[in-house]
Amino acid sequence: MSTVSTDHDTMKYDDVMAVFEPVIGLETHVELGTNSKMFCSCPTAFGAEPNTQVCPVCLGMPGSLPVVNRMAVESTIRMGLALNCSIAPWCRFARKNYFYPDMPKDYQISQYDEPLCFDGYLDVLVDTDDGPRLFRVEIERVHMEEDTGKLTHAGGATGRIHGADYSLVDYNRAGIPLIEIVTKPIAGTGALAPAVAKAYVTELRDLMRSLEVSDVRMEEGSLRCDVNVSLNRPGDEWGTRSETKNVNSLRSVERAVHSEIERQGALLESGGRVIQETRHFHEDTGRSTSGRSKEQAEDYRYFPEPDLVPVAASAEWIEELRGTLPELPSLKRARLQLEWGIGEHELATIVNAGALELVESAVAAGVTPDAARKWWTGELLRVANDREVELADLPVTSAQIRRVEALVADGSLNDKLARQVFDGIISGEGDVDDVIAGRGLAIVSDDSSLIAAIDEALAAQPDVADKIRGGKVQAAGAIVGAVMKATRGQADAAKVRALLLERLGVVE
Amino acid sequence: MAATASAMEGDLTRQNASVLARSIAEGEVSAEEVTQAHLDRIAGVDERVHAFLHVRGDDAIEAARAIDRKRAAGVELGPLAGVPLALKDVLTMKGVPTTCGSRVLEGWRPPYDSTVVERLKAADVVILGKTNMDEFAMGSSTEHSAYGPTRNPWDLERIPGGSGGGSAAALASFEAPLAIGSDTGGSIRQPAAVTGTVGVKPTYGGVSRYGLVALASSLDQAGPCARTVLDTALLHAAIAGHDPRDSTSIDASVPDVVGAARRGDVRGLRVGLVKELSGEGYQAGVSQRFDEAVRILEGLGAEVVEVSCPHFEYALGAYYLILPSEASSNLAKFDGMRYGLRAGDDGRHSVEEVMALTREAGFGAEVKRRIMIGTYALSSGYYDAYYGQAQKVRTLITRDFNAAFEKADVLVSPTAPTTAFKIGDKVDDPIAMYLNDIATIPVNLAGNAAMSLPIGLAPEDGLPVGLQIMAPPMADDRLYLVGSALESALLDTWGHLLIEEVPAL
Repeated sequence: MSTVSTDHDTMKYDDVMAVFEPVIGLETHVELGTNSKMFCSCPTAFGAEPNTQVCPVCLGMPGSLPVVNRMAVESTIRMGLALNCSIAPWCRFARKNYFYPDMPKDYQISQYDEPLCFDGYLDVLVDTDDGPRLFRVEIERVHMEEDTGKLTHAGGATGRIHGADYSLVDYNRAGIPLIEIVTKPIAGTGALAPAVAKAYVTELRDLMRSLEVSDVRMEEGSLRCDVNVSLNRPGDEWGTRSETKNVNSLRSVERAVHSEIERQGALLESGGRVIQETRHFHEDTGRSTSGRSKEQAEDYRYFPEPDLVPVAASAEWIEELRGTLPELPSLKRARLQLEWGIGEHELATIVNAGALELVESAVAAGVTPDAARKWWTGELLRVANDREVELADLPVTSAQIRRVEALVADGSLNDKLARQVFDGIISGEGDVDDVIAGRGLAIVSDDSSLIAAIDEALAAQPDVADKIRGGKVQAAGAIVGAVMKATRGQADAAKVRALLLERLGVVE
Repeated sequence: MAATASAMEGDLTRQNASVLARSIAEGEVSAEEVTQAHLDRIAGVDERVHAFLHVRGDDAIEAARAIDRKRAAGVELGPLAGVPLALKDVLTMKGVPTTCGSRVLEGWRPPYDSTVVERLKAADVVILGKTNMDEFAMGSSTEHSAYGPTRNPWDLERIPGGSGGGSAAALASFEAPLAIGSDTGGSIRQPAAVTGTVGVKPTYGGVSRYGLVALASSLDQAGPCARTVLDTALLHAAIAGHDPRDSTSIDASVPDVVGAARRGDVRGLRVGLVKELSGEGYQAGVSQRFDEAVRILEGLGAEVVEVSCPHFEYALGAYYLILPSEASSNLAKFDGMRYGLRAGDDGRHSVEEVMALTREAGFGAEVKRRIMIGTYALSSGYYDAYYGQAQKVRTLITRDFNAAFEKADVLVSPTAPTTAFKIGDKVDDPIAMYLNDIATIPVNLAGNAAMSLPIGLAPEDGLPVGLQIMAPPMADDRLYLVGSALESALLDTWGHLLIEEVPAL
């Protein structure tokens, strides 16, 4: 390693792991799926014309006052219960004061030292070379806050507010309810830290979807992670941590932890020190750059929000909400594993591929568990990776998988043709039968056309024909191959072989 | 005597709201005539008083005509229909300039009505315009208005109190029979005391704060002002009551303040004298008139007891930590980004610099002083020692009130330690200015209700003295019960309301 460290010096991951232990922590912000905003009745729909979903309250007009969205409190309590948290019988909102043009009031209504939910945990399953391992991620707190507006900086090279010619603000997002879930420091993962981070966020996402508190549309930025990473030598105290912001997809969570471990490893190994700072993650490069240093930390001057009365969730209400919790993902996985008759490793493969719900939906549509699993974690996963899209975003439906499977079962398609059908569907060539018709993929089962092809092949290779007639049945392969080639694979090889032998009067 | 005469006799602007409302209801006079008379009065005297920052003129006339049309069509009107009102410039009214006495909001026309304005409109009250105030309600003299001071109609060289000096002066100069104020530490009651008018700070949560531009959210309360206790009660009833847009608004029925004002009876009522709100620091004439008023109450059948509120001593200190802390956050939004003044937007300054330049140019010295105190008090490392301690004092003051209300049904004190001082006398001495609110601040810290009503002129300077009545939360009706009884007794003694003695302008 060079002795001078820059942001871009890194050390090979395995080399870092040979010397250091990582401690990570995650703060996850998710937009709740309520119909109205956190403190006013403005709609929350994504993608509206800028500044059309606003009112005096979410614009922070002088004199306006916030009123808490009961649905957001309910969603947060349910999430807290699902994360095995204690629910505060009484807690307050707090103001976080700082000046920024995306904040209509120049303070954000959040929660500070009195979170609604605290002290919970979430168990996550990580697939390792030695089989699946369970990690318990402890939850520090779950609290509510309002989102800020969205700034777009025009002109300038950096896309940041500094150096921009001008900036535009869309306050449609201002006041959207957010839930923030903060873990306690996660130690003891060793080299699995990136995988644990990804598995944790995946599990959170699935949990929120199953609770229907948010549909977690990552592509719309509705889940945002801040990733804390520090390194220490075994036996030493924990190191200084950095906080990487802007980590907005599952893949990025894993990459952000990985690259930060490499960066800090290089820095420490070259005799440098990690400074406590905020870093910005860049999706395109998979690296982060330094933001503001926390050593000149901002003082947010938190104090209890005087415009709101405390949230006092009664024990009865909490129990009522507990009664509304659906089957939680960990229990659901155990049940599905039993129902599908698969092992832990297969289950972990499905979960890690993000295919659990897809397989479940296919099975519900009548596909066998084996087939559903095979398609979603095999061919379709490969295509998704090739195209760099989320598996769930492939335009393939459960009904299509069922149809393809049915055609394979009755011999109309073979495995190779089935893959082509999916390729056609994904390429936008229509439904299963459209692709088959369009590409002419049906297996040739018409005996006369097969016999014609066989005769043609025999005529082309008279010596082989003689061998077969002479009892060397193994030689039939060459003729079958030629017929398969002539039919572009669209024939059932076993049937061709039977017809060939019959044609030559050979009995096996 | 005005209260019993028909409104048609004499000057419409000298009439009380209840009399005007009845005359309008009976068709003796139109809302338009009443409104025009007040607009004429404003045109005639406000150059000298400067109670108003904005007069609605044609819009007020148009509103009055609409009320006259409703009456003509037989639509049932409320008890204050057609009566003009002066609105403190701290409450939003759609399309009408709202400055809070600050340059930073110059030119801002709110896109929405405050709940108080919504209810006034629903009650067919005619809003004449917006009244002057200390900038963002920070002050006790209205000298801190960015638009120049308001003058006290009793003596134009003197202050009309603050922060709601504009509303009080409008009443005392007969520019309006009704006014709305806001009271964070005494901004309704102290101006009422020094102008010889009546003002009530309702129970915290009794009147919606929606659309009341916040100074200190946990202390602010809008309330009614008028020249008589009954008029004040009628206005109180029109604006009070639960509002789902204000979470701190109390979801309970409004105490029967009008009934109490009409009844006016203190027989058997225990009236507590707060030991800590008398003696040293109170002007001799103020103490003298106060003592006389207490004797009148006793004569009317009240049982007078002495109570002690030992923690009131710390009220001013706690108040001047809580108020600036909340204000420093509430006033952050005035950054030039969305409305009002913007300074330094010349393409050479960064967004942070534009924010800073706007605030530098837009805020006055007193506002800056309090923002700095509050920012400091909330800072990490100082929070517990300042804001945290102040909240504890607040709890102790509430307990003092609770204990006192075990022994008394209402508490009384002078409203302000002195009569109106001269403009300029205290403007450079913040502590002297703050001491004006020594008797009114405890009520805001505890959130209960209080009234100031005139009890005479101080012999040494001939200026009005106010008496403060304090009641437990949601017992606002007791203020009117006691206030009305005292007002009637004084009326019998003098033969007229004190305000009739105000010099002609």
